[in-house]
Amino acid sequence: MRILFSFFAVIALALIAYAGVKIANLQFLFGVVIPYIAIAIFILGFIYRVLKWGSSPVPFRIPTTCGQQESLSWIKQNKIENPSSASGVVIRMALEVLLFRSLFRNLKTQLKEGKLVYGEAKWLWLAGLAFHWSFLIIFVRHFRFFLQNTPSFIKTIEGLDSFLQVGVPLLYMTDIVLLGAVTYLFLRRVFIPQVNYISLAADYFPLFLILGIASSGVVMRYFYKVHIVGVKELAMGLVTLSPVIPQGVGVMFYIHLFLICTLLAYFPLSKLMHMGGVFLSPTRNMANNSRRARHINPWNYPVHIHTYEEYENDFREKMKKAGIPVEKE
Amino acid sequence: MKIYDGGKILVGLIIFIALFASPFYLNMGKAVAKPELKFDTPEIQQMEKETGKKQCVEPKEFMRAEHMQILNNWRDEVIRSGNRDEIVILGHKYDKSLQNGCMKCHSNKKDFCDKCHNYMAVQPYCWRCHIAPKEKQS
Repeated sequence: MRILFSFFAVIALALIAYAGVKIANLQFLFGVVIPYIAIAIFILGFIYRVLKWGSSPVPFRIPTTCGQQESLSWIKQNKIENPSSASGVVIRMALEVLLFRSLFRNLKTQLKEGKLVYGEAKWLWLAGLAFHWSFLIIFVRHFRFFLQNTPSFIKTIEGLDSFLQVGVPLLYMTDIVLLGAVTYLFLRRVFIPQVNYISLAADYFPLFLILGIASSGVVMRYFYKVHIVGVKELAMGLVTLSPVIPQGVGVMFYIHLFLICTLLAYFPLSKLMHMGGVFLSPTRNMANNSRRARHINPWNYPVHIHTYEEYENDFREKMKKAGIPVEKE
Repeated sequence: MKIYDGGKILVGLIIFIALFASPFYLNMGKAVAKPELKFDTPEIQQMEKETGKKQCVEPKEFMRAEHMQILNNWRDEVIRSGNRDEIVILGHKYDKSLQNGCMKCHSNKKDFCDKCHNYMAVQPYCWRCHIAPKEKQS
């Protein structure tokens, strides 16, 4: 049900774009208006979500670490897994963001012959890494549609990506890797019972959406070709704020674009915000210096402190009568 | 609304948006001209005079999308199967060859091939082996 709902939602989106362009001739709506709205929602929503997270106080260092913390001089500290300095935190964050260090520690828990056993579980890490890096390379590659003079590093990335020189237009390795990795990420939600149990429509929908975007892109590049110069004209029109709708671009492009707009607009409302959120992970981005630096709880309210002086003022006579020494006579 | 570690968060957001929205400011002040192809080489003019129209091996829309596939197929047929049969369309003969076929009519590589390839930042590897036709520097 959750799977079918997400699947048909993406199919419906593709059909909306198809009908809108092919039947209703709403090229301007799907080629200009919706992309601008989607970009605005993405950027403003992204800022809103990050600032909202930023407004939550993080009063204490949360040292969920995997190494020896800074201690006596003769105990060796693990400076990356348990950093006490900013540079250590930067390295830990870089490992987390670029190589998914935490996910690498993923374990599989099983009952075997009545005993609880833990085993390695690296496939999720591998597929996740392959998916995210492919997506990034594909995203960067697409800048050739948005820049008048394509920078040489984008051409270099493209050259490396099509290095195998299979067919024409040259096959991109990332296209294959992305489709494979997303398929794995979907299948694990279907076939691993525990993962299936906790998977919601909000987990399946982004997977199908990305699968739809990638498939429409692959179809458009290798099989059912569109007027590619027209595509760049449209993209350049968008980014130079002088939108144009070239003739005869092909409906597959509008489907691709509409699914991307959906992804952009959906991004700040969904779990995809882990893109910004990973940088704000409190257990990863704080140095473990709880013993060295004092961290003041920002939501402490002013507490009236009853000092000894005030206490003595209140009870001085009674204290004298009872023979208790007082500081002031 | 107080933002904790506001400085760092702000720097991160600015870097992210500056990268994401870079096409909006990197293209500023640059003329955006779409590529215009020229079909006025002597060979094409000659063909128009003789047959009354400009005619390639396939219709324009098909050539625009699939020319690379045609070249690839020709390469396979000629190099791997030794099939060099000419293609005859409406009495006009076309060599199954990039240099002697395509570039015979489209001898203006700079105003034909390169126009779209440069615009789209496509780097076809044709000319790593083939010799591009000589043309005036213009």
